[in-house]
Amino acid sequence: MRGEPARALTIREITRLIKNKLEGDPGLQDVWLRGEISNFTLHSSGHMYFTLKDENARLKCIMFASYNQRLPFAPKNGMKVLARGGVSVYERDGQYQFYATAMQPDGIGSLYLAFEQLKRKLEEEGLFRPEAKRALPLYPRTVGVITSPTGAAVRDILITLERRNPGVHVLLYPVSVQGTGAAPSIVKAIREMNELGAADVLIVGRGGGSLEELWAFNEEVVARAIRASAIPVISAVGHETDFTISDFAADIRAATPTAAAELAVRHIGELRQELAHLEQRMSGALGRGLARAKERWQHAARSPYFTQPRRSLLVQAERLDRLKEALRYRIRAEQSRAQERATRLAGRLQAVNPRQQIVHARQRVTAASKGLELAMNAIARDKASRFGSLVRQLDALSPLKVMARGYSLAYDEQEQKLIRSVNEVQPGDLIRLRLTDGKLDCQIWGIHGEEQVNG
Amino acid sequence: MANNGAGKAEAAGENGAAEMSFELAMEKLETIVAKLESGDVPLETAIELFQEGMTLSRLCGQKLEQVERRIEMLVEGDGGLQRKPFSAGKEE
Repeated sequence: MRGEPARALTIREITRLIKNKLEGDPGLQDVWLRGEISNFTLHSSGHMYFTLKDENARLKCIMFASYNQRLPFAPKNGMKVLARGGVSVYERDGQYQFYATAMQPDGIGSLYLAFEQLKRKLEEEGLFRPEAKRALPLYPRTVGVITSPTGAAVRDILITLERRNPGVHVLLYPVSVQGTGAAPSIVKAIREMNELGAADVLIVGRGGGSLEELWAFNEEVVARAIRASAIPVISAVGHETDFTISDFAADIRAATPTAAAELAVRHIGELRQELAHLEQRMSGALGRGLARAKERWQHAARSPYFTQPRRSLLVQAERLDRLKEALRYRIRAEQSRAQERATRLAGRLQAVNPRQQIVHARQRVTAASKGLELAMNAIARDKASRFGSLVRQLDALSPLKVMARGYSLAYDEQEQKLIRSVNEVQPGDLIRLRLTDGKLDCQIWGIHGEEQVNG
Repeated sequence: MANNGAGKAEAAGENGAAEMSFELAMEKLETIVAKLESGDVPLETAIELFQEGMTLSRLCGQKLEQVERRIEMLVEGDGGLQRKPFSAGKEE
């Protein structure tokens, strides 16, 4: 009881804890509050200090300059507002307070919230992508207008179109532009205008009004119908400061219906000027082309070939003379060079005259034929003596010689076969004996075989 | 026969020109001007182009001055949408 606690928090620490608790609570961050402003102060730093209250409670608030610069209205005491922000603690005073990041006059608060939510949703969906925007036709023939037939908008549009280009047709699709039936009626009009296909561009809009009055143009179905339109759409809702979802979905936003008509068609004077300018450019270009052609022609006509045809011939004649002269010179030079070459070659030829070789070769031929003759004679003599001796040998071996010594040869009757043995004949056989000087036809009378003599 | 054919073609051409939209005529005219200004067309072609361009320009001019303006309102009738002339009265 009397002992001190081991650890006591400092005020700063406890305040920090509270602050963290509050800032960590999602239920206290990024919330919308509805209340009435009191004690409003705009500090010289630009920050706004005020209290939000209702019948039962009050809450200190601060809106820093960085946020309140973009406020579309000036907050005042007694004003009912809708504020967006989070709760935190101002540590120095130990005071919790609301840090506002956005603020709207109340009354239209719920609409504003719906607007923001739808805008974010469609944006994330890509409905507002710049790539999805179509270009407006340059020269529309018919402008489709979807608006109230009795409002100021249609009058403004018609007057402006008349002033800019009285030749442009207008096709009005009457719709109600405020109240519960407005959105479906606008959607239907956009669809049917597309089905009809008569208009080149559509102006969808109405004149100025309160946020509730403009509300139809913040409806999702209208935004989608605008984006789905095959015909380019110009949105023209209210005044400069009024932005609607339709404006984001349209191909182009016009600040007012008058501006929409101006965007839709070009001024006829401007078009006339453009035509005149195009004609001028054509004439200019053709004129330049003609001038160029003329200049070329003149240049050609001024050529000396046309103005002094003889001169051009003289030039050619002179050229011919020069060429002839050159040719003559060349021929002479060529001739003397050839001559010189012939002389040189004759000299070289003389140097290599083969007369000596011929004499020498002739001597060699004579010597060789003599040698050949001698050798031939020697061989002939040799061969002749050899032949003689062979003949003598042959003669010595001749059976005729043997027969001359008293021998005879026995043949069979037809003188075909030499009879060498007694066994080859039988008594009674006719045989022919050949002697050295003739033949004898004989008959075998008897046969006397002899003992085989050895040697 | 050949003459007849040529005549027909010409008539068709004229019709085609009359039906040509202002936008297409302007586009053609701009193309011709660009071609002429490029300077690399033969003179004969340039003269033809120029004539064609002047025809187109006159056509565009005529279309501009056609002040047969129609202001109509679509009204739901028995057989669907019908066009009725519209004049923005002074309803206050």
